Amino acid sequence: MRLRFIFGEVFNGIRRNSTMALSVALVTFVSLTFVGAAALTQMQVQQLKDAWYGKVEVSIFLCPPDSYEENCASGPVTDGQTDDIVAVLEDGNVSDLVESVYVESREEVYENIVAADDSGVYSQLEPEDLAPVLRVKLTDPEEFQVVADATAGLPGVESVYDQREVFDDLFDFLNAATIVAAALAIVMMVTAMLLITTTIRLSALSRRRETTIMRMVGSSRSLIQLPFMLEGAVAATGGALLAIGGLWFGVQYLVEGWLTGSISWVDYIGREDVWSVAPWLILIAVGLAGAASLLTLNRYTRA
Amino acid sequence: MIRLDNISKVYTRGARPALDGIDVEIERGDFVFLVGSSGSGKSTFLKLVLREERPTSGDIWVAGRHLNRLSSWRVPHLRREIGAVFQDFRLLPNKTVYQNVAFALQVIGKSKRDIQQNVPEMLELVGLAGKERRLPHELSGGEQQRVAIARAFVNRPPILLCDEPTGNLDPGTSVGIMRLLDRINRTGTTVLMATHDDEIVDQMRKRVIELKGGQLVRDQDRGVYGLETV
Repeated sequence: MRLRFIFGEVFNGIRRNSTMALSVALVTFVSLTFVGAAALTQMQVQQLKDAWYGKVEVSIFLCPPDSYEENCASGPVTDGQTDDIVAVLEDGNVSDLVESVYVESREEVYENIVAADDSGVYSQLEPEDLAPVLRVKLTDPEEFQVVADATAGLPGVESVYDQREVFDDLFDFLNAATIVAAALAIVMMVTAMLLITTTIRLSALSRRRETTIMRMVGSSRSLIQLPFMLEGAVAATGGALLAIGGLWFGVQYLVEGWLTGSISWVDYIGREDVWSVAPWLILIAVGLAGAASLLTLNRYTRA
Repeated sequence: MIRLDNISKVYTRGARPALDGIDVEIERGDFVFLVGSSGSGKSTFLKLVLREERPTSGDIWVAGRHLNRLSSWRVPHLRREIGAVFQDFRLLPNKTVYQNVAFALQVIGKSKRDIQQNVPEMLELVGLAGKERRLPHELSGGEQQRVAIARAFVNRPPILLCDEPTGNLDPGTSVGIMRLLDRINRTGTTVLMATHDDEIVDQMRKRVIELKGGQLVRDQDRGVYGLETV
């Protein structure tokens, strides 16, 4: 009996207040689309990091002859210094961060340079002009700085270079995009909450006669308030579903359909990632409506 | 059934109290008129019994509950023991007579069977059998008040509070309503009725409690409206 009563009231409330309910759904839709877009962008960043950082290495350039670097003033790196640096990486304090160290010899460095050189600028170069390079793979690429600090000042080290820097601009951009989306999402969520508050208030006022009678005959406060809360929650959940649908189509057409076709070497998020965001969006919608109800209802349906 | 022990109520600090040191005891099955001019404290009296308001000082017991100590989540249980009838009927305009009465049982979680059994019985008692499907605007004032009484009493509360129930009705219709309230009273229900209607009070010859400026000026068995004419 009670359930039927509650759902009947919710249905009637939404029907009577349909434009308000629709506006709540739309505002929630827009705000949660931003929330979802921010979450998906972060998932994309994480996915790129996972894919790329696994491939990148830290390169430790050792002192070649005639280096201008301060640390190389004492001349080119010796074999003994090279062994010391490798020992620091493999057996020192940072050894648990280091997965492997590969010593690229002068000859290999030379071959790589020449192979990559189409212009012929480096044709004068001899292997003797170069120094070996240590290619270090880290167990956790995020720990670059620790490894860099441990090796940077060692005798024979010219410079330490993190290949991740190549990607940092892209990640900075994606992180900035996330912040923008999150900021818009917050503004929209505040709007959604105010709108839900207004909707519930109007709904409560328009049904004041019912709620007064319910109060008089001893209906519990929860039964009086629940229909209004559910009304807001249903409208907001409708918005969340729209947002999920919007994100799903966005990922399908923009990411899977378009980006994957034009820039194919990047590992993109997919529609399945939208599903992992979806429950959170619904939860946020219900939470928004619940918070708005709590703020409003005690004043308008007092027991 | 209802006991007020040195009850005072002040709405705004410093203003004249709406009720001032009231001591009243109403027994189970009593029929009591609460009389007095506007602003005498009748409404406040009823609001305190319904626990819509709390007393500023003094103790109040209703249906075995000490209202000063009643937590707000227990208030609905108190209200199920009190039926309330108002001058303006307060019916739901888009619900039929049957639905209006059933509503009171629905919202306290009564089963469908209870509702199907009790509502027709109650409509029969108030003399509205056969008018179940009418909407309130299709009824006369007296009939609307009968619906309101049916709604207030359908849960068989031990107390019935009536706030000027005949205030909007002509004298002839009022007599019918009073007969109905009298019949309800004879089932053992305590009836407390606030009224301005001197003719009714004089006819019924029930206990009369008179308030004046928030003070109890008369509590008389088988009384009339006013000792001096109003």
